[in-house]
Amino acid sequence: MDKIILTTRQLKAFYLLDIHGRQKVVKAVNEVELEILENEIYGIAGESGCGKSTLLKTLAAVVEPPLRQLEGKVIYHINGEEVDVSTLGDEEMRRLRWEFVSYVPQGSMNVLNPVVKLKDTYHDFISSHVKGKSQEETFRMAKAYIAELGLPAEIMGAYPHQLSGGMRQRVTIALATLLRPKIIIADEPTTALDVIVQRGVMQLLKDIQQKLQNTIILVTHDMGVHANVADRIGIMYAGKIVEEAPTEKIFSQPLHPYTQFLINSLPKFGDKTPRQSVPGSPPSLADLPTGCPFHPRCPQVLDICKEQMPAYIAAAADHKVACWLVEEENGQAA
Amino acid sequence: MDKLLEVKNLTKVFSLGSISSRIRITATDDVSFYIKPAEIFTLAGESGCGKTTTAKMILGFEEPTAGAIIHKGKLRTKKEKVWFTEGIQAIFQDPFGTFNPLRTVDRYFFETIQNFKLAGNKKTAVELIDRKLKAVGLSYEEFAGKYPNEFSGGQLQRISIARSLLTDPTLLIADEPVSMVDASLRMSIVNLFKKLKEEFGMSVLYITHDLATAYYVSDRIAIMFRGNIVEMGTVEQVLMQPRHPYTQMLRDSIPEADPRRRWRGRVNLNETEREEYLKQGCRYAGRCPLVMDVCRQEVPADIQVDNVLVKCHNYSEGVIA
Ligand SMILES: Nc1ncnc2c1ncn2[C@@H]1O[C@H](COP(=O)(O)OP(=O)(O)OP(=O)(O)O)[C@@H](O)[C@H]1O
Ligand SMILES: Nc1ncnc2c1ncn2[C@@H]1O[C@H](COP(=O)(O)OP(=O)(O)OP(=O)(O)O)[C@@H](O)[C@H]1O
Ligand code: SF4
Ligand SMILES: [Mg+2]
Ligand SMILES: [Mg+2]
Repeated sequence: MDKIILTTRQLKAFYLLDIHGRQKVVKAVNEVELEILENEIYGIAGESGCGKSTLLKTLAAVVEPPLRQLEGKVIYHINGEEVDVSTLGDEEMRRLRWEFVSYVPQGSMNVLNPVVKLKDTYHDFISSHVKGKSQEETFRMAKAYIAELGLPAEIMGAYPHQLSGGMRQRVTIALATLLRPKIIIADEPTTALDVIVQRGVMQLLKDIQQKLQNTIILVTHDMGVHANVADRIGIMYAGKIVEEAPTEKIFSQPLHPYTQFLINSLPKFGDKTPRQSVPGSPPSLADLPTGCPFHPRCPQVLDICKEQMPAYIAAAADHKVACWLVEEENGQAA
Repeated sequence: MDKLLEVKNLTKVFSLGSISSRIRITATDDVSFYIKPAEIFTLAGESGCGKTTTAKMILGFEEPTAGAIIHKGKLRTKKEKVWFTEGIQAIFQDPFGTFNPLRTVDRYFFETIQNFKLAGNKKTAVELIDRKLKAVGLSYEEFAGKYPNEFSGGQLQRISIARSLLTDPTLLIADEPVSMVDASLRMSIVNLFKKLKEEFGMSVLYITHDLATAYYVSDRIAIMFRGNIVEMGTVEQVLMQPRHPYTQMLRDSIPEADPRRRWRGRVNLNETEREEYLKQGCRYAGRCPLVMDVCRQEVPADIQVDNVLVKCHNYSEGVIA
């Protein structure tokens, strides 16, 4: 039995906005149920603006106004103990950050301090996060880690602008995983990198995961990257995970109509036949449709879809879906 | 054959550093290509190979160090900001850089409409905006009165595309327009390029890392490496039977959306960018599996092989490929 490392239960995180005295609620993470396993790569895919980055923020416990976690729980499984993240104080969370969970936000390779050499950035990082060991000792460890990951030693003496985007991204990932976290949360780590560098960055992430035997939660738009590295994939639509299955199943037998569109729209080499993208436009998360949020765009919509949200059921032991068209395995209740 | 835009021997050298230790970077080196009316032409290649610099020179944002730009048969003489006025429109890599965070995005649309007198009154202006937004999968209601930070990166990119369509350009220069957009919207955007090409005869210079959409949507493609075009031809030829060793490696590195065909082997990325720029001979020699002695000494010529341009000594006369 695979061990669970992170669970969410009925997780709700909304942006609460006040626009000229008018309240607006952006339901970016809406009743999300996840069970992420030790030592797996869990991919999350979905349209722009569906809430992927927001979900990662709540998983990493970096929830800042206007974002608020309104309901539900994020649970870390630390050495067999279940820890509800919202009950942790700042100090406790600081200790878990980087050692238990590392978060590499969207665009983070551009936030390395531009006027500081990388070795000084590493020094600062180590002195603020590592207690009880001598600076020199940990810095030696850092250098050994960089070498272990196959990054050139010279980069330590470089300023960020002297490195290419791909190298900056790899340095950022190395920095974020220096303390050997159990979970790495990476938001679009290869967006805007070219394919070869992207491959290098994914190779590094996979190497780290193999070495540390840890978990990666990966958000990317690129279904090709998911196909290449993810063990399981969660498909997000309008703030919800609407389908989850092992990677092969998501690609070969998607069950949710949205996932079917997503997979069928992918271009293939050697095949120029017109591909259709999902019809219509994504719903506003501040004004969601009733029932299934996909119903206004769904070609197979039923009457019930317009009124009631379908339950998130197990179509097979390893395949969950929220769609009225899909029957529960054996017709049993969850 | 008509050429809407042609660039000839376009070279751009940047000088960096102090006077005592000056580094010269040749961002583009002798780049030549043309775009026909109603054609989608892709410029692809790794980060820093000179794609954006090429686009900036075409738009008049950077002055070429050498070479010529000919648009609609007219030679561009000096640095001038030509987009808007000549029917060239551009969309850029970073949608957050396009819009001022303190202004609502609809103001940019109304401004463009006013500058170009595209609508007589507010109502027709709103209709025009709504039509362009619908083309990219958005609508006026969900956009009016909002600031850039209220949109996700993908939403904002679609908004900047919609804005560039207001003036019905004949050439759209799209620098990484889909890098922040999800897979299915990617298709809606490249399908939109196709539609604009087929219905309105618009041409697109599509700059991208995404070779799968490039294959799907474009007619011809140029692969750049470190400032040079190393291979150019139809997408069918270049992407389905790549000839240049770099194109072959690029093609192998594309993550295919098929879990049964995962990456095999590893890539080696350790050479730094600058070294390759300073190198003599073929700039790919340091990584090329087919490297020969001559590659390290001499810059390969542009060779035509079955109507495909290939810049590689393996295709020179007297060398058995
Ligand atoms: N700080 C914020 N204030 C208000 N709304 C926000 C904020 N950040 C994001 N949103 C909204 O929340 C929704 C989800 O945004 P999020 O960034 O999580 O999407 P995403 O799936 O990561 O998109 P992308 O793929 O484009 O990065 C979007 O509708 C966005 O407009
Ligand atoms: N203003 C500048 N000053 C100095 N060097 C520059 C300048 N602009 C670009 N360069 C350099 O010229 C080279 C080509 O850059 P360019 O931005 O054209 O690449 P690109 O192909 O668009 O890359 P990417 O895919 O990362 O966008 C790079 O080495 C870059 O560092
Ligand atoms: S629940 Fe109904 S509307 Fe939603 S995806 Fe399934 S069939 Fe379509
Ligand atoms: Mg995001
Ligand atoms: Mg660029």
